[in-house]
Amino acid sequence: MFSFVARRVAAAFGTLVLSSVLVFLAVQALPGDVATQVLGKDATADAVAALREKLKLDQPAWERYADWIQGALHGDFGTSLVSGKAVGGEVALYLGNSAVIALVTILFAVTGSLLLGILAGLYRDRWPDHLISTVSLVGMSVPEFVVATVLVLCFSVALPMFPAVVLYGPEASVGQLLPAVWLPAAALAVVMAAYIVRMARTSVIDVMASEYVTTARLKGLSTWRVVTRHTLPSALLPTLHVIALNVAWLAGGVAVVENVFNYPGIGKLMLSSVQNRDLPVIQAIALISAVVYVVCNLAADLGAMALNPKLRTRGRTR
Amino acid sequence: MTTLESPAVPAPAPAGRVAAATRAWRTLRSSRAAAIGLVIVAVHLLIALLAPVLTSYDPIANNASQALLGPSWEHLAGTDQYGRDVLARVLYGGRYALGVSLAATLLTMALGTVVGCAAALRGGWFDDVLMRVLDAVLSVPSILTLLVIVTALGTGSGVIVFAIGVVCVPQVIRVVRGAALAVVPADYVTAARARGEGTWSILRREVLPNITDVVCVEAAMRASWVVLLISSLSFLGFGADPPTPDWGLMVAENRTAITVVPMASLAPIIALATLVVGLNLAADGLSKAWGVDRIREGS
Repeated sequence: MFSFVARRVAAAFGTLVLSSVLVFLAVQALPGDVATQVLGKDATADAVAALREKLKLDQPAWERYADWIQGALHGDFGTSLVSGKAVGGEVALYLGNSAVIALVTILFAVTGSLLLGILAGLYRDRWPDHLISTVSLVGMSVPEFVVATVLVLCFSVALPMFPAVVLYGPEASVGQLLPAVWLPAAALAVVMAAYIVRMARTSVIDVMASEYVTTARLKGLSTWRVVTRHTLPSALLPTLHVIALNVAWLAGGVAVVENVFNYPGIGKLMLSSVQNRDLPVIQAIALISAVVYVVCNLAADLGAMALNPKLRTRGRTR
Repeated sequence: MTTLESPAVPAPAPAGRVAAATRAWRTLRSSRAAAIGLVIVAVHLLIALLAPVLTSYDPIANNASQALLGPSWEHLAGTDQYGRDVLARVLYGGRYALGVSLAATLLTMALGTVVGCAAALRGGWFDDVLMRVLDAVLSVPSILTLLVIVTALGTGSGVIVFAIGVVCVPQVIRVVRGAALAVVPADYVTAARARGEGTWSILRREVLPNITDVVCVEAAMRASWVVLLISSLSFLGFGADPPTPDWGLMVAENRTAITVVPMASLAPIIALATLVVGLNLAADGLSKAWGVDRIREGS
């Protein structure tokens, strides 16, 4: 078992290294000279050369990559080309604001969608199932910005309960941002929940049709006990992966929603840094998102192993 | 559309083509969801094609004296801040969304299917390296990849098709490879190998016809993703350029005036949502009718 875990962790690490190389190459491949862009078209040749040297653009690519990754491992992502501040601190500030949204979203989306999915699975082909399945189909068919716009229309315009836009900058405290967190979180949760509901429903249906559930029923156990003790442990297993994928998706999903609400989070920073071609910031955000993706997948795999003994021994028989 | 209705099986004889068509027809009759979904998509295609017949308004003609009007007999869905007829823009808006999405989906599916099958057939180091690289590509959020490519190369339709390809091909490769791996150990593939057939010929004649179901379901599902991605891109201002009628762009333009003319935002939202619901219904219906486990295969 230990070797299996070790191999899985090593694979995750390999993926991370590879994606850091890809991120670096992709961002470096952006056309146009960075130094010329920062200084403007009228810059003197001397100034451009000086900046190129300062940004180490005159060194070969692999040396710059080594420099960058070494800094990144120590939390130093370079300095922003636009604000001139340290990228690490700036990204951390925005990331913290986004984390509030992400936390609320995950909490509501995961618990809510698991409940709905299990309910739909238990009432298969009856009205609760039809209702939940239809709503989740619509949920996965509308883009985040549409859900966000409709929510604004309902809860900021028709019923002024929540602010439609955030007026604070990135330095706002959690208390200041809190009233503005609910609508973006709800928009993300709707889209995210749709997938989890469908997965949970399918796996509950699969498990309910299995022989050991029939046995448990024939033993005369109550429905509640059959569901909690026999169905859920196995039904949650495949759902775990969909949850992990969706949590990882949040890293990019927040981009659109945060821009709708002008929320000072990582998605807004992502968009503005792409617009301004702030390469160090783009690289840092891409690398952090990759880490989130890899860690989520790793967690799902290890969690599945903890829940399912079969997966733990598979490594040996292979 | 044609790829969805009659699976693109490389039929060696006319008999095969007839069989495929009969099967597709039977599927449509048995699965209400698939039929409804495909009809919705077909209606969207028709509306986009017939837009000039359905409305007499020019979707990009400004008219300052008619700005921000509510729904009336003259303008069924009202007008936006520049006095453009909202209904005309919604009808024409499908052209951009459908055109770019169709091109992107076809490119993605073609490339993903070929590479996915090749990975399953070849196996070995090619497969290992490919899977690692795909993992690495998938670990970066798709919206960020799209934004970087579009800012680097411009916002032309060709660039957007390419960018969508970069984001979606890895996912298609994974699904197709998974399906093809189930076919590769089959005896007829071994027999074809023993006959000395090349990888390409085995792929085309033995593997592809047996994974058509998975590919079709994946195409419908991927198309819904692509439509969503492209509209998000337009909404953020990186997709269609302003005067172009496009649903994502319309929502972005009219959001600020949502209290004055809610229809200007709602109409494109309804159009977008029905199209994607149609594609998802088609994917759901087809996967149920053909026994393809859609949720496990993809998303």
